[in-house]
Order: sequence, then C-alpha cells, then structure tokens
Amino acid sequence: MSAEPLTPLSASTGRLPQGEEVKQNVASRQQRGKLWQASLLFSVFVGLLVLLLLAWNIVNDAFGGIAVQEAVEVEALTGGRELEELAQPELVAILEENLRSRVLGNLNREQPLAERDAENLIEVILFEIIKPEVVATFSLYDYLFNRAEIEAQLAQDFPRAELEFKSWLRWDFIVNPMSSNPIFAGVRTALLGTLWLLVLTILISFPLGLGAAIYLEEYQSDKIFDERKPVGRFFNRVIERSTSIISTNIYNLSGVPSIIYGMLGLAIFVRALEAFTSGSFFGANEGTTANGRTIISAALTMSLLVLPVVIISSQEAIKAVPSTLRQASLGLGATKWQTIWKIVLPNALPGILTGTILAISRAIGETAPLIVVGASTFIVTDPTSIFSKFTVLPIQIYNWTSRPQDEFRAIAAAAIITLLILLLSLNATAILLRNYLRSRRVS
Amino acid sequence: MAMKAIDPQYTADSKYALEVRNVDIYYSAFRAVKNCSFGMERNKITALIGPSGCGKSTVLRSLNRMNDLIAGARTEGEVLYRGQNLYDPDIDAVQVRRSIGMVFQKANPFPKSIYDNIAYGPRVNGWKGSKAEMDELVERALRGAVLWDEVKDDLKKSGLAISGGQQQRLCIARALAVEPEVILMDEPCSALDPISTLKIEELMFELRQRYSIVIVTHNMQQAARASDNTVFFLMDKEDRAGQIVEYGPTEQIFQSPKDERTEQYISGRFG
Repeated sequence: MSAEPLTPLSASTGRLPQGEEVKQNVASRQQRGKLWQASLLFSVFVGLLVLLLLAWNIVNDAFGGIAVQEAVEVEALTGGRELEELAQPELVAILEENLRSRVLGNLNREQPLAERDAENLIEVILFEIIKPEVVATFSLYDYLFNRAEIEAQLAQDFPRAELEFKSWLRWDFIVNPMSSNPIFAGVRTALLGTLWLLVLTILISFPLGLGAAIYLEEYQSDKIFDERKPVGRFFNRVIERSTSIISTNIYNLSGVPSIIYGMLGLAIFVRALEAFTSGSFFGANEGTTANGRTIISAALTMSLLVLPVVIISSQEAIKAVPSTLRQASLGLGATKWQTIWKIVLPNALPGILTGTILAISRAIGETAPLIVVGASTFIVTDPTSIFSKFTVLPIQIYNWTSRPQDEFRAIAAAAIITLLILLLSLNATAILLRNYLRSRRVS
Repeated sequence: MAMKAIDPQYTADSKYALEVRNVDIYYSAFRAVKNCSFGMERNKITALIGPSGCGKSTVLRSLNRMNDLIAGARTEGEVLYRGQNLYDPDIDAVQVRRSIGMVFQKANPFPKSIYDNIAYGPRVNGWKGSKAEMDELVERALRGAVLWDEVKDDLKKSGLAISGGQQQRLCIARALAVEPEVILMDEPCSALDPISTLKIEELMFELRQRYSIVIVTHNMQQAARASDNTVFFLMDKEDRAGQIVEYGPTEQIFQSPKDERTEQYISGRFG
C-alpha cells in the first residue's frame, strides 16, 4: 500500500479554522470548560454550606445560655461568703436554721447531719434551700450575640436570675437514664438500646447477607443435583428460578421504604412470632418484657431492612475480585469452595466489611420502622437481654423534639450529637478496618 | 456419585501425553471448534497457532476442563489422558487440573507472598509434609522455573511486587509445585518484553525434559523456534467454527506445509 501525497481536500478547505482563528477558537472552547468547572465547584460549595448549616443548627441548640434563679441567695445565707469556705459545723448550722423540723428529721434519719462531710452538706443545702431553677434557656447564638437584649429581658422578668453558659452535652447526659425533667434527663437507656440493636443487627444480617451474596455470585449457575436424573433436573430448575428472582429483585428490595419493613416486622416478629420474640418460649419472663416489642424483634426487622444492601455491596466486592485469580486457583486443582474461601473472600473482605458497616450505620439512624415495631418512647430501665423493652436514640430525639419546652429541644440537640458521634465512629471503624485489611494483605 | 480416578499406575501405550479425538466445543448454540483430533507428544512442546478467533485457546482450555467455568460451554468428543476420557461424567474437573496445569496469558500471581503463591497449590491439594519439606518444595519449584536465584532472598515479598517476566515465571513455578504432568500455556509471553520472552522460552526447553507442554501463541517465530510440533487452526468461513488445517512436526509445518492455507499464514500473507 503506497501512501498518497497529502493534499488539502477541497471540500473542507476554509471550513476548519486557520491561523489566528485557531487561537481564538481554542480559547473560547477552553473558556466554556472553565465555566463548567466553576459551576461544578458551586455545587460542591452548596454541599459544604448545607453541612455547615446542619452542624451549626445542632451546636446552636446543644450549647447556649441558661438563666438560673435561686430560691435563696447564697450570700444571704452565709453573710457574703462562698459555701465552700465554710466549716462543717457552720454548714450544719445553716441547715438547722433554714429547714423545717420535719425535713431535718428525715435528713437526720438517713445520716445524722453532724456525721456528714462538707461536700455532702453543700449538696443538701443546694437541693433543699437554694433550689437553683432554670427559668429560661437561650441558644448559643443568642447567648453570644444578643447578650444585652437577653440581660435586659431577664432583669425585667427574673431579677434574681443569673445568666450562665450551659453545655447540654456532658458526661451526666450520657450516663443518666430518661427523666421527665430535662435538667436530669440523659440518653443512657436509648444509647444502650441503640448499641444492642447495632450488635444484633450485625450478627444477623452479616452472615445471612454475605452467604446470599456468595451464593448468588459464585454458585448461581451451578447445578446442585444430578442433571442426568429427572428429579435432579426438576430441583435444579426450582433453585435456579428462585435465585434468579432474588438476584433480579434485590435492587428493588433495597429500595422498599423502611416503614414497610416496619409493617412486616410488626406482622411477623412482633405478632406472629410473639412466643419467640417475647422470650416466653425460652422461659425468659422479664418484668420489662412487652409482648413481642423487644430488641430482638427490632433487630430482626432492621436486619431485613439492611439485608438487600449488605447483599448488594458484598456482591459488588466479590465481583471486583479479578476472575484471573479464580482461574489461577482452580487451575491448580483447588475446589470451588477452596477458591472462594482462600482467594475470593480474603480479597473481597475489605469491600464487604465497608459496605456492611455503612449499610448498618445507615439503619441505626432509622426511626420509622422502629416506631411501628414498637420502640418505647419513655422507659427508664436499661435493656438487659434481647427480650427487653427498648428505645433507641432516634426515637428519643423524635420524642424530645416534639415537646414544647426549650430545654427538651436543647437535650434533643445534645442527643443528636451523641448519635452522630456514634455513627461517625462506626464509619471510621469501617475505614480503619478496610485500610488494615488492605495493608495486611500483601499486594 | 462414584468418582472415577485417573489411574496413576497407567503405563503409556500411546506416545501421546494427551490426545484429542473428534472434539467439538460449543458456546451455547454456537459451535466454536469442530472435528478436532490431534495428539500431544510426551516430553515435547506442542504449539497451537492460528489467527484470532480460530479456537486455539478454546481447545487449550478444554484440555484441563477450564471451559467448564464458562456458562453454556460444552465439549463433545474425547480428550484422553492416561487412557481415560477427561470428559467422562464421573471424572471430577478438580482431579484433572492437578495433573494438567495451566499458565495464563497475563501473569496472575495471588496477592500473597512469593512463598505462599507456590505453597498454595500443594496446600489446597492436601499437602501432608512438614514446614521444612514445604520450604524444599518451594525452592525446587522456583529453581524449576529458573526464578530461585532472583527471589531467594525475599520469599516474603508480594508476588505482585516483582517484574512482569518474573511474575510469569512465578506462575509457572506455582504450576510446577503441584507436580503436574502436562503444562498448558495460553500465550504466556504476549505481555512480556523480548528478553523476558526469551527466558520463558529457554525455560520451556528445560521443562520439556520432565513435562509435556502445550502452548498457544500468536507469535510465528516463537512457534517456529520453541516448539517440536505445531497444530495450525483456521476458522471455517461458512460456519465460523475453528478447525485444524494441518498438524505435524514444527519443521515440516514451517518449511514444507502441505496445505496452501498454512503456507499463506506462516509466510504472513493473511491472518
């Protein structure tokens, strides 16, 4: 084949930019690219803005100012000194002066005042005489920037009240049980419920989801029964048909609204399987048990909810293992299962774990199905077994945000921060685990 | 289901390590290879050549039942090894692949250490020896693939951290470790530079003393210089099925081909 001399084709002469025109043309095309780049950056900033707004909104409520009013001022009791400066007999004297004899009698019966130490006495004085009371709550923004206005209003409404900074998120808040008084209310019960639910959901959904994923990815096309016998052929068809129904519908299942899984859980686990989920079948008759509305019912429902996502993400991870590795293993005389166990799973594990943990951390924030399954909105007893009554953080938050008082809104924000910390640490675990597994595998 | 075993005591009454008789290979309804019959001589290198799509890789993969892994693939006819048809319904493909090893087009070491790459085969096949014996086996396999001197100091290194040519020799060493009788190579040098290619070819000559080798190659020179027998495949234009045009000693195929099409192909006039 001989090359023809390259002559300009008459048809295209003058149709393509030439000379100076080329420069302009390129510049204008680059310009258009830059415009797109800028608008894409804008979308990123919108995302960032939303994130900042969310964080500010929560922080604004979870921290802020409170106005505390005391029934009796400390200075009036002590003559201008601090309680901590007083000696033990002086504190006893204050108590004896200011309390009615019946209250004194009760206190003395618990432990004689004279035998109590100063710390204990101060506590009693605070609780019985000074009685600090939160009369108003302010958001962080108001506390920081509308100080003058707040103080003016306070001076008018509660002249004796003092404005102080308050972090609603504090250690007491984490370890205190639920209470109807927002000052003392904590999230311990809900946090424990969430942790129970988390662990149980992982234990149920991970093995099931991974198992299904392995089958669908590796074995679906295999014939289990002897293809040469009619019975074997029949059963092979049945299995093939049912697994193909699952694999084509798994994406649809993952898209089913969570409330519908809640209804399913209510019908099956709470009602139909009540004997098992309430624990009565196993002889676990706890005082706190409420029919089938137990942690195990919730965990089973949550497992159903996350199962499709666990299966899909595990399938993706298994698919991502190069088929050349499978062939290499099989080519050496390994059986299919040896290949899966020794080659496919170790290589897919980082992806499987990440997908599973992300799916489950998503589910931990779910509220709707748990409302249906019957999470309690107000309980003060810690869950002690899988047959316990329970509540979880999202339900607790939902419950608190629906109360009218400002204090409840503040502790709801603090509970949100607790939930977010829990979820972020779960996600961080997923990332660390993945990195660890990747580094341990020689690659 | 009663499993038949490939008789290890079988003494060769045939000069062939492997023999293909009237094999047709189908991908679902499509017949990819038809009327395939040829033998692969013991301790010789048999090259399968032909243009793309002529079915040579398909035939190679049918020799240790790797085609079983492809959904819808089906083989008719006989592949004889030690007097046993490998496609007998009672023969387990796992058993076949231990005796008939395979090296792939692209080097595919496991993401494990060099040592574990070699030890993998024996371990999955029920290795009963001690750690010291395994060390010895790894060394023997690596020496067999002429890789020992290059990697003996870092056996703990990842099999993926060595050069492409070394990776391919690692794959050969890995195949040797399960003590096969036949080694199938599917274009083992197509992704390698000329120097690595040469090393693999030299290695094949070494290996020939103990193993029978079947190699698929696109490279005419490679087939000419590195094989004893050559099988030339071509696609039938009418039904697009691959078939054997000619097979015989490499020298004869390259110097005095009997079929016109063979001559055209090896002289580079088509394909």
